[in-house]
Amino acid sequence: MMKKTIWLVWGLLSLALASYYGYQLLMPGDKSEFLIGDASHGHFQIELDCESCHTSPFGGQEVLQDACVNCHGAELEAVNDSHPKNKFTDPRNADRVEILDARYCVTCHVEHQEERTHEMGVTVPEDFCFRCHQDIGSDRPSHEGLTFDTCASAGCHNYHDNLALYEAFLVKHAEGAETDLMATMLERTFATEYQEKHKPESLTIADLNPADLKQASADVLQHWQDSGHAEAGVTCSGCHQGEQNSESWIAQPGLAQCSECHTSEVQDFVASRHGMRLNPDMAMKMSPMSPGMGRLEFKPDALSSVQGCAACHQPHQYQTQPAMAEACVGCHDDEHTNNFAQSPHGQLWQKVKEGALPEERGVACSTCHMPREHVQINGKDVVRVQHNPNHNLRPNEKMIRSSCMNCHSLAFSIDALADPDLIRSNFSGKPAKHIESIDMALSRVKEKN
Amino acid sequence: MKKTNTILKSMAVASVAGMALVGCGGEEKAGIAPEVYTDSLFAVMKADRTNYTKLIVKRLGPSGAASIKPAEHWKDLENGAPLPAQMFRAGAEEVGRLTDKFTYSLQSTWPINKQNAPRTEMEKAGLKYIEENPGQNFYGTEELGGQKYFTAVYPDVAVAEPCVTCHNDHKDSPRTDFKIGEVMGGVVIRVPM
Repeated sequence: MMKKTIWLVWGLLSLALASYYGYQLLMPGDKSEFLIGDASHGHFQIELDCESCHTSPFGGQEVLQDACVNCHGAELEAVNDSHPKNKFTDPRNADRVEILDARYCVTCHVEHQEERTHEMGVTVPEDFCFRCHQDIGSDRPSHEGLTFDTCASAGCHNYHDNLALYEAFLVKHAEGAETDLMATMLERTFATEYQEKHKPESLTIADLNPADLKQASADVLQHWQDSGHAEAGVTCSGCHQGEQNSESWIAQPGLAQCSECHTSEVQDFVASRHGMRLNPDMAMKMSPMSPGMGRLEFKPDALSSVQGCAACHQPHQYQTQPAMAEACVGCHDDEHTNNFAQSPHGQLWQKVKEGALPEERGVACSTCHMPREHVQINGKDVVRVQHNPNHNLRPNEKMIRSSCMNCHSLAFSIDALADPDLIRSNFSGKPAKHIESIDMALSRVKEKN
Repeated sequence: MKKTNTILKSMAVASVAGMALVGCGGEEKAGIAPEVYTDSLFAVMKADRTNYTKLIVKRLGPSGAASIKPAEHWKDLENGAPLPAQMFRAGAEEVGRLTDKFTYSLQSTWPINKQNAPRTEMEKAGLKYIEENPGQNFYGTEELGGQKYFTAVYPDVAVAEPCVTCHNDHKDSPRTDFKIGEVMGGVVIRVPM
């Protein structure tokens, strides 16, 4: 009898547990109980949206691979990935694949193992290059004796993106002044394009209709009148109106409204750590990211602010200068950020704020982290601000071409980005060590000649 | 090695004959011999590559329309176009995305990129054979990663002046005395069996 009762209790408990977890798994809602470990620094914001990576319960590794490629594939292709999958699907590399299956992203980037994840989301030991390139010394005598944990850490190579580090590029840009003090940023073309396309008439408060006027305070109206929106003929209802011609009023327009005109900016933003929780492609609807959820150091009074266009661009004023540095410094509280004001870059920006230098000659946070870049939109070459500040930090050598080299030589840029202390001081001073990659490349050319 | 090659060829022919006989019974489809299959693939590859070299690349660059420039780091140039060998590799990569029924690669005993040197025993033997026996192909079977492959190696001959000058002048080239008409490397085609 006793035995039967135990079996019955065991059965009921098992059934209850199975029902509980089955319900949690199959029904929409919080699935945090299924997390097998903290997600990496690149994915933790969306770790509860399981289906964004685990798109199907069946299929295993291929399903996960598709998810990786879905978000990161275009970026890898754009940087001419040095180790694309197809290098390893060739059977001649079968022996290498047995050692390190580089056909799959998750071989090196294992998720939910934050405790052993290092930079760039890598979970294999940092000397992984050894597995395939152990005989590099015979091909490149200059590399003889270098340890394999220095291949990437010294600013010489990256596994995927070597656009600023490949040998011919090093040789081509070997010369050059350390700093060009007369360098300028690219000029944005959005306003000109908009003017050309829509030929809008600039508006003032007197042009607004009564419905718009009754929604806003005098301050708001004045801010709007001084903004680029008024200049481009965009009225209050241009952003605040719901459906076209409807009476509905959206109190706080969001990404959907902004993206109607600022499409590429919003696309960049939702690919960034700032905006990925609002990415419309996510299976789950999530709240915006806020510093309080983050893993970096943030200012205590900014912890509850929410990330959206208006987090950096003040509503109604829409002057871009405050978004270029003050907005960043308002939330981020790490050494690099806090040393900005005193740094040579920050000093130049101070001159811009004082009107002593044109904006294009200053260096704000966005100059390096959200660079202005040439892009093709509908077959036309335009200059846009990259609104994903993480884009050129994966890895930081990616900044060399998009940012550093606008003002500095390649050699100085490589040395500076490989010096963690210099990064912490926000580049106040000189790089402590010289990276020899350009010298090695030049000596090979010399040998040949 | 030539002997092995002949044996393998005979085996391939025998297996085709065997398949053809089975085919007479009407129960199974007759296959084509692996070497006929790889020979045909190679013919297409070679024709396309020769045409790209002679009809396009030779007419571009300094001697032709300067608006498009064939260059090693062509992706980094606004007007860059891939060199013939890179065009060939791009094809191999695209095929890798389209099918797993065969793979091919361009290799050499004197590669500019060391990753393109022969790696497997069969590749090493094949490259050696086509270098020592001009005009002949090499066929064999090998097992890689637990999968058996029919592997064919075809000579890759310098068909135009740019092939020779580019390889002779490149700082990473281990050989600087290539001449037109010489075997510069080999095309390795693999078919899983």
